[in-house]
Amino acid sequence: MDNKILLDVKNLHASIDGKEILKGINLQVREGEVHAIMGPNGSGKSTLSMVLAGAPGYSVTEGSATFHGKELLELSPEDRSHEGLFLSFQYPVEIPGVSMVNFMRAAVNEKRKYFNEAPLSASDFLKLMRQKRAVVELDNKLASRSVNEGFSGGEKKRNEIFQMAVLEPSLSILDETDSGLDIDALRIVAGGVNKLKNEKNATIVITHYQRLLDYIKPDFVHVLYKGRIVMTGGPELALELEEKGYDWIKESND
Amino acid sequence: MSSIRQYIDIYRDNAKALDDNSSPVLNALRPKAFEALDGKELPRRGDEGYEKTSLEDMFAPDFGLNIFRLDIPVDIADTFKCDVPRVSTLMAYVINDKFVKSAALTDRLPEGVIFGSLARESAVHPQLAGQYYGQLASLHDVPTALNTLLVQDGVVLYVPRGVKLEKPLQLVNIFSSPTPLMAVRRVLIILEDDAKAQMLVCDHTQDGERGYMSSQVVEIFLGRNASLDLYDMEESSPLTSRCSQLYARQEEGSRLLVNGTTLACGTTRNDYHISLEGAGASSMLTGMAIASGHQHVDNDSCVNHRTHDCESRQKFKYILDDEATGAFEGGITVFPGAERTSAYQSNKNILASAAAKMHTKPQLLIYCDDVKCSHGATTGQLDQNALFYMRQRGISEKMARTMLMQAFMADVIDTVTIDGLDDRLRHLVEKRLHGQSSFCSDCALSK
Repeated sequence: MDNKILLDVKNLHASIDGKEILKGINLQVREGEVHAIMGPNGSGKSTLSMVLAGAPGYSVTEGSATFHGKELLELSPEDRSHEGLFLSFQYPVEIPGVSMVNFMRAAVNEKRKYFNEAPLSASDFLKLMRQKRAVVELDNKLASRSVNEGFSGGEKKRNEIFQMAVLEPSLSILDETDSGLDIDALRIVAGGVNKLKNEKNATIVITHYQRLLDYIKPDFVHVLYKGRIVMTGGPELALELEEKGYDWIKESND
Repeated sequence: MSSIRQYIDIYRDNAKALDDNSSPVLNALRPKAFEALDGKELPRRGDEGYEKTSLEDMFAPDFGLNIFRLDIPVDIADTFKCDVPRVSTLMAYVINDKFVKSAALTDRLPEGVIFGSLARESAVHPQLAGQYYGQLASLHDVPTALNTLLVQDGVVLYVPRGVKLEKPLQLVNIFSSPTPLMAVRRVLIILEDDAKAQMLVCDHTQDGERGYMSSQVVEIFLGRNASLDLYDMEESSPLTSRCSQLYARQEEGSRLLVNGTTLACGTTRNDYHISLEGAGASSMLTGMAIASGHQHVDNDSCVNHRTHDCESRQKFKYILDDEATGAFEGGITVFPGAERTSAYQSNKNILASAAAKMHTKPQLLIYCDDVKCSHGATTGQLDQNALFYMRQRGISEKMARTMLMQAFMADVIDTVTIDGLDDRLRHLVEKRLHGQSSFCSDCALSK
């Protein structure tokens, strides 16, 4: 494991409305790795993803996070995105009146601007869209619709992976990407994630169930409980959790 | 002293000059207006129907009136090439309150159609103008009576029976004066049975340094199955006040679309009085306002369903930033006998800053059974979840806010019926939300 460290989270504490949710997270993610974060409801899984992405309303009270060497927590959400952090939302937001095309064009060109590149030409942009849609078999007609508006649960999650394909992040956090998906949609979404995987990027899969990990094979499985990572293991840990539930973790940590 | 005094005094001192420089049809109503104003004052903030806007304050400054119709030079060609790209219109100008005719315009109007100076045309066609002028504009409304007392010119559009204008008409109102000025404008629109027209009006202020006041009364008569689309866009200056009263009467089967857009202003008050008097008439009243700084926009509607089987829709949207204030009072009255009325009203607003304020008051009066009638009003902030979602995808906060605000106005713009005007409005709204103003100068630059 000499791959470069992509994300280094140290002793991260964060709270919302004065209530501490994360109580000292330590997590190191290297290029090429897939990490799964599992844990019972309310353990802080989604909070961790929101804090890393810079969602307003969360305050970091202690600790640090570096993202390929940069102080992640000092960057605006948009700059974290430009630097290569992508969050696939548990609940993708519907934005009536903003078309998918305009939304993606803005996203792509804002990133290019950040790196002092000229905006993509209309034809290059459309080519990129076409190419990336294929990754998750996203219907072309969704492109002219408003962002996520009227999309089915499966379409919303596919749309997330489509956006991930377009933005080519170095670190993707998939927050409960399997929730609300039937088995076919799950296969397509997971297939998309696997296609996008390479030795330079990394993925953090946040999930409640082991099911998704049949499709997206993790290198590490972490168990988050009461705001701390209380156990780390290989893929076999996920199977053990599936079999025994979370109670034994709770008992040994309460 | 109430501000109406100075105008009463102007009338008393200049009654003859006002008459001499106008037309008999307009002059005929002055004494009645004078009588109606006896003992009246302009509404103040807090008076019924004027809860957030003081006409008293708007009319208070010492504005001059161009009673002797002096030519005020304005370089139209140089400054106001405010044509709308890809929208082909027949254009005319109103400089302050004076209609400026272009030869090309007359040549291209279908036979029988009149589009010109109200003073001039009402002198040439006194019977036609006299039949309509002042018939809708109630002298009980103080600002309307004041307009009637002092008005000397304006615009008339007359489309005879069965004539359908293919090209939209465009009227560019320009304020230009070396001293603070009040323009008293009057618009008379008459569409006979089965006639059809589209008109785009835009208000501009040439010089943002001076105070201007526009007193405007619009009367619209729609015959059976007549159809009118009227777009009224204001892009003036923070020192410009606008007080506009629009009255429309619709006969059987007629349809009316009014879109009032305020992109920049000082203090604006628009009143819409729509009267559905023939069965099967329909009207669509839409509006959008984007205000920042200390701008104030107040739209008041009063849609009267006086007979059965008519339909009306009202949709007003505001985006208020900085310390801007907005007001909307929307009325629907369904009179006895107006069965099967369908009337809806919606007012949605975004407060983009902590200091912006919105006042909204729907008012439905229903004196009849078997009607479908509803209203809805919301005032809130931009969707924070959407904002974060967009920023996570790399879209800057500023751009994300702009995109969300534009999206908010999308359904109003979607009601635009003039080809190309919808794109133009989208563009103007985008520019406005980016903090760029004055689309006139933009037009001049784009030439």
